[in-house]
Amino acid sequence: MSFPWANQYKPKNPLMVYLDQKLPLPRFVYNAIGGGYPVPRNLNYAWNFGVLAGFCLVLQIVTGVILAMHYAANSMIAFDSVEHIMRDVNWGWMLRYAHANGASAFFVVVYIHIFRGFFYSSYKAPREMIWLLGVVIFLLMMATAFMGYVLPWGQMSFWGAKVITGLFSAIPLVGEPLQQWLLGGFAPDNAALNRFFSLHFLLPFVIAAVIILHIWALHIPGSSNPTGVEIKTESDTVPFHPYYTAKDGFGLGVFLLIYCTFVFFLPNQLGHPDNYIPANAMSTPAHIVPEWYFWPFYAILRSFTVDFLFIPAKLMGVLAMFSAILVWFFLPWLDTSPVRSGHYRPLFRKFWYLLVIDTLILGYCGGSPAETKYVLISQIAASYYFLHFLVILPVVSSIEKPLPLPFSITEAVLGTDAVTA
Amino acid sequence: MVRIFGPLIGLFFAAALLWSFGVGVAQQLREPDPSTAVKDFHKDPKEDIKFSFDGPFGTYDNRQLQRGFQVYKQVCNNCHSLKQIAFRNLSALGYKPAEVKAIAKEWTTKAKTFDQKTGDAGERVNTPADHIPAVYYPGTGNPPDLSLITKARHGGAHYVYSLLTGYSDQPAALLKKYPDSKTPDGLYYNPYFANLNIAMPPPLADNAVTYGDGTPATLDQEAKDVSAFLTWTAEPEMQKRKQTGWPVIGFLLAATALAYLSKRNIWADKH
Repeated sequence: MSFPWANQYKPKNPLMVYLDQKLPLPRFVYNAIGGGYPVPRNLNYAWNFGVLAGFCLVLQIVTGVILAMHYAANSMIAFDSVEHIMRDVNWGWMLRYAHANGASAFFVVVYIHIFRGFFYSSYKAPREMIWLLGVVIFLLMMATAFMGYVLPWGQMSFWGAKVITGLFSAIPLVGEPLQQWLLGGFAPDNAALNRFFSLHFLLPFVIAAVIILHIWALHIPGSSNPTGVEIKTESDTVPFHPYYTAKDGFGLGVFLLIYCTFVFFLPNQLGHPDNYIPANAMSTPAHIVPEWYFWPFYAILRSFTVDFLFIPAKLMGVLAMFSAILVWFFLPWLDTSPVRSGHYRPLFRKFWYLLVIDTLILGYCGGSPAETKYVLISQIAASYYFLHFLVILPVVSSIEKPLPLPFSITEAVLGTDAVTA
Repeated sequence: MVRIFGPLIGLFFAAALLWSFGVGVAQQLREPDPSTAVKDFHKDPKEDIKFSFDGPFGTYDNRQLQRGFQVYKQVCNNCHSLKQIAFRNLSALGYKPAEVKAIAKEWTTKAKTFDQKTGDAGERVNTPADHIPAVYYPGTGNPPDLSLITKARHGGAHYVYSLLTGYSDQPAALLKKYPDSKTPDGLYYNPYFANLNIAMPPPLADNAVTYGDGTPATLDQEAKDVSAFLTWTAEPEMQKRKQTGWPVIGFLLAATALAYLSKRNIWADKH
C-alpha cells in the first residue's frame, strides 16, 4: 500500500525508461527507500536505528566474507589462522576488529531499535507482523553471533559452545542425545566447529531475507511515529528521500564515529581476554561468560538455583531464558491500550524506564562472576522482567488513563493543522 | 487466551525465581559464603606503571622492545614459546636485515626438518622466514606460549609487569587466617597470579641480563622492557592501527558535520 499523494517514479533518462519497462528495480527502490515512500514528518532520532541495523548487517557480511577467505575452520589450526589474519593478511587486523566490534555495534543498535519499539508500542496493530518478523531477526542474530564467537576457537569459544549446547541437555529424555547430535560428538570439537562455521556463513543471508520481509511488512501500514497517531493527510508526511536519507546520513556519521573509536583505539575492550588463550578441553576458565550482548539472558538462566514444583532448576533456567525472548512475540496482545506512544501513557512510561533499568541490572549481573550476591540480585531483576511483560503490561493497559492525543502529526509538529482550523 | 495464560506464566516464573531467592537468602543467613585466601589476598595489576604505548597516541619505543627481546631470548625462552612470531617480524623492532638474519642463524634451538623421501628427521639453522622454534618444557607447570599473553590477561602489560615484580613471602596474616593455604613446595607465592601460587620461580633479578645499550638492568627495568616486548608480540599492528584511526576519525568528523548541515538545510522548511 502507499498513500495516494506519494511521489511517482518518472524516469527521464532513456536507459532508465528502458530499464523500467524490462525490470522495474529502480522503481522498486524509489518506492521503498526513495522519494516515493511518504514517512511521518515527526520521526525523532530513535527512528534512525533501523537503517543503522541494516548498515551493520552489510558491514558484517562484507567483512565476514573476506575474513572467511583467510580463516580455516579446523580445530587444529583455527586459532592460529585467526592470528595469521591479524599478522600476515594485509589489513587483516582491521577486518577482524571491524567484524568483532561490528557484532557488538549491531547488537547495540538493535537493542535501541527494540526498546524504541517497546516505548512507542510499535508492535501494535496494524504493525504486528513487522514486530513478529523483528523478533525472528533478533533470534537469528543471537544464533549467528553465538556461532561466530566459537570460530576463533579460544577458551571462551570452546567453553561457551559447551555451556550453550549443554542447555539442550536439560530437556527431559532426549536432552543428552540431542546435545550430542547437535555437536557431532560428546564435546565441542572439529565437527562442531565446522558446522558452526557453515551456519555462521549461512544465517546472515537468512537474516537479510527476513529483513526484506520486515521492510515489506513495514511498507503496508507505513512507519509509525512518536505521537502514535496515524497519518491523515499529505501534510503529515515527507518523502523518505531527501528528508530521511539526510537525517539517516547524519545518524550514520555519529554511529561510525563511535564504532571506529572502538575498532581503532579500543578493539578488545568488549571482548574477553580468555579468548586469546587457545581452546583447551582440559582447563576450565574461572568464569565462563558469554559476550556482553547475552548477559541479561545469561543472568536469567543462572537465576534458577533450586528445583521448583519438581521441575529441575536447570530446565527452569533454560525455559525462562528462551521465554524471556519468546514473550516478545505476544506483546501485541498483552498490551491492549489503544494509545501507542509512551509520551501519552504516564503510567506505562514509568514502567518502561523500570524495564530499561531492570535489563541493565540483569546485564551487569550476567557479566559478573556467579557469586551469591549477583545471583540474588538477578533473581529479583528476572522476576520483574517476567512480571513486566506478562502481568504489569496487561494490567496497566486496562487501568491507565492516557493523556489526550494530538489531532494529527501536523498539529503535533506545528501546533495547528490546516484541516482542523 | 494470551491475556489469561500470559499472566499465569508470568506469575509462575516469578514464583520460581522468588522461591530460588528465598532459599538462597535462607542459606546465606544460615551459612554465609566462606571467604577464601584468593578473595582476600589476590591483587589487581599495578596500574601506576606508564608505558610508551599507553593511550590513543602511544607508540612503541624500539630500544625498549629490543631490550625486552633480549630478556625474552636470554630468560623467558628457556621455558616459554613465542610461536606467533617469525624472525622476520623482528625487523619491526628496528633490526636491519643482516641483523635479523644473524639472530635467526645464531638461535640455539634449530629448525626441525623432515626428509619426505628418506623419513629422516634432522635440523638446520633458522632463517628469517622461520617462526621462533617451539620450546618444550618437561618440568612441573605448563609455561604458556607468550605471543598473546598481554591480550590474554586482564590488565595486559600491567599484569605481566606486576607478576614479574610481585613475588614475595606469603603474608603472615594469610597464614594466620587460612592455615591450610600455605604455598605448596615447588610453587611460589605471587598475589598477582590467579590462585596466588605459581609454578614459575622468580625469573628476573637485578642484572639477570646485560643490556647492550648500557641501560642499568634492574629487576624493574627488565620487567618493564619484557612487558613492552610482549605487548608488541601480541599487537604488532598497534601503531599502524592508531595511525590509521586518527585520519579515519578526522574524516568522519568532517563528513558528519557536513551531513548535519545538509540535514538542517533540507529540513529547514519542515519544522
